[in-house]
Amino acid sequence: MKKLLLSTAVAVGLGTTAVSASAEEIKLGVFLGLTGPIESLVANMAPAAEAAIAEVSASGLLLDGSTVTAVRADTTCIDAAAATAAIERLITSDKVAGVVGGDCSGVTTAALTNVALPNGMVMISPSATSPALSTVEDNGLFFRTAPSDARQGVVMTDIIMDRDIKEVAVTYTNNDYGKGLADAFQTAFEAAGGTVTISASHEDGKADYAAEVGALAAAGGEVLVVAGYLDQGGKGIIQGSLDTGAFDTFVLPDGMVGDSLPEAIGSDLDGSFGQVPGTDSPGAGKLVEMAEGYDASSPFAAESYDAAALIMLAMQAAGSTDPEMYKGKVMDVANAPGEQILPGELAKGLEILAAGGDIDYVGASNVELIGAGESAGNYREIEIKDAALSTVGYR
Amino acid sequence: MEILNALALLSNYVFVPAIAYGSQLALGALGVTLVFGILRFSNFAHGDTMAFGTMVTILFTWWFQSMGINLGPLPTALLALPFGIAFCALFVLASDRLVYRFYRAKRADPVIYLIASVGVMFVTNGIVRFIIGPDDQNFADGERFIIKAREFKKMTGLSEGISIKVSQGITVVTMIIVVTALFWFLNKTRSGKSMRAYSDNEDLALLSGINPDRVVAITWIIAAALATIAGTLYGLDKSYKPFTYFQLLLPIFASAIVGGLGNPLGAIAGGFVIAFSEIMVTYAYKKFAAYMVPGDWKPDGLMQLLSTDYKFAVSFIILLLVLLVRPNGIFRGTGT
Repeated sequence: MKKLLLSTAVAVGLGTTAVSASAEEIKLGVFLGLTGPIESLVANMAPAAEAAIAEVSASGLLLDGSTVTAVRADTTCIDAAAATAAIERLITSDKVAGVVGGDCSGVTTAALTNVALPNGMVMISPSATSPALSTVEDNGLFFRTAPSDARQGVVMTDIIMDRDIKEVAVTYTNNDYGKGLADAFQTAFEAAGGTVTISASHEDGKADYAAEVGALAAAGGEVLVVAGYLDQGGKGIIQGSLDTGAFDTFVLPDGMVGDSLPEAIGSDLDGSFGQVPGTDSPGAGKLVEMAEGYDASSPFAAESYDAAALIMLAMQAAGSTDPEMYKGKVMDVANAPGEQILPGELAKGLEILAAGGDIDYVGASNVELIGAGESAGNYREIEIKDAALSTVGYR
Repeated sequence: MEILNALALLSNYVFVPAIAYGSQLALGALGVTLVFGILRFSNFAHGDTMAFGTMVTILFTWWFQSMGINLGPLPTALLALPFGIAFCALFVLASDRLVYRFYRAKRADPVIYLIASVGVMFVTNGIVRFIIGPDDQNFADGERFIIKAREFKKMTGLSEGISIKVSQGITVVTMIIVVTALFWFLNKTRSGKSMRAYSDNEDLALLSGINPDRVVAITWIIAAALATIAGTLYGLDKSYKPFTYFQLLLPIFASAIVGGLGNPLGAIAGGFVIAFSEIMVTYAYKKFAAYMVPGDWKPDGLMQLLSTDYKFAVSFIILLLVLLVRPNGIFRGTGT
């Protein structure tokens, strides 16, 4: 009996080593908020990431014909304890080789510092935009295909300055996103010589914003920057400001850009402007054409596809699925020099890497990783005209 | 001129919104205080009763709008209001029949009623979400403004404008009518007098031949009417979302307690105290001071006592102070 057990163990041991030497069954975690406040966005983000995984798996070119499968786990977007448990399961029980995610900044930070970092696991987030993640201790394991809000602060400053506006009031929704963006913007705007008269928070889900609007109006400013959500407090603040005549023009960052806002408020909003992540690169259009069963033009869907693609291309470049080995290759495959790779061309990228060549993954969101491994960020500048969103240009 | 500008500024950002908000809180607090005075318990379901009544009003408003019925410059919701009140009254009478009557027969402690009302609150909460959904609903129509800030500036030549919304005007007018009618009812009619007698001394009232079921039913109907009116006015002025009505419970209870639970006059005063303090303490007086003092004394800071983040803390500090100094509220309510 003892002998039998021993021989089985040896056989199993031999079996695993034999497999990992050549073709593998690779698992990738898709760690997004399947439930919670952004579940409607994740409905398009998760399939986009899985599309990239399926594309690579079908090509049979990754690491001598390894297959790749996606394992989903739920970040819940808001519950750090649930997210930590979910990524723990992905790493220790499902034994994934890389994680696409998380999505919201708070849970991503928790998952990274509590689980991914001690386990040496690579995470590439498609949508966490908090500036705090740029400086978090990550041992080179954390990347994001979404830009930091610090970058959005700079872009917003440029847009406002180009319109010759030097004095603004700022209100933000009282959470990581709002506070991070408001602080980043204030720093950038003051560095550029502008003045922020007041930076006041507002709570979402309240119906009465008279006190907030009163304080903002008293501080004054040519325009009001509203770093909130378009169907929450942000809308209430804008409506209150228009009703009392406190402000006529508003600056709308990504959380405030959507068709429902001009629809709800009407032509009073004309002349307000803002920016939202977006690119006019050919990759975005290509992914929309390729997409089956999901909407690739939905926010952060393109970034999700790119996050998954980057992990697998980096594995190919390093010739290993060990996060410690391939984490150093992520920046190499994402940036120049090399052949440009668009969505749907992952097989071509894998071939070039296998032959020892260089690639510059452009992908659907025009990926260019800077700093500590985050997207340089491309923004679409918008303006409200005739109670509808219109695109001014790209930055 | 400078003084007029300063007054216009304060009216626009402090007085007008605070009076409207205060009227809405006062109507809500009246309902709470009435139930407390006569049925002797704190009705935690009041916020969601408001949401229920408003929901019915909204559904009727949409129906009227689809048939092309409207009130011209006034919102159609006013026409739908009686239907909202009727359905809301039926709803609270049903909840009294199913829940509270059982405890009344057993002469249960007020705290048991209170917990039962929390249960009713969650059920109502669920029913409202089930029927109309958890999202924002828009049902305001008609004219939006009585006077716009820009027109006011043109008319008076001042550099500060005052804007008054139709919904704010309606709120104040309705509040005055409703409160007058309520006081007339409580003080002059037979039913009102029997309600007050029942509130003062239940046993004595029963001995003198007052029908308790009738008193209870009338109280619930009035409370439902007040809740529906307050909820609809609030929804017209701001926006309708079930969750905000649930949250309104806190300022409403604060208003009722500050004024003295069980005292209708106190509920009205409490509503205005809470509304004014929330807005006045967090207002930034920089511009106001700039108008009032000579040019070179103009302040650099915002002159804001507290940041608006602490808006809700303000009402609770006032609540605490009142409870410490006058435990029965400003107007001496019946207490707990």
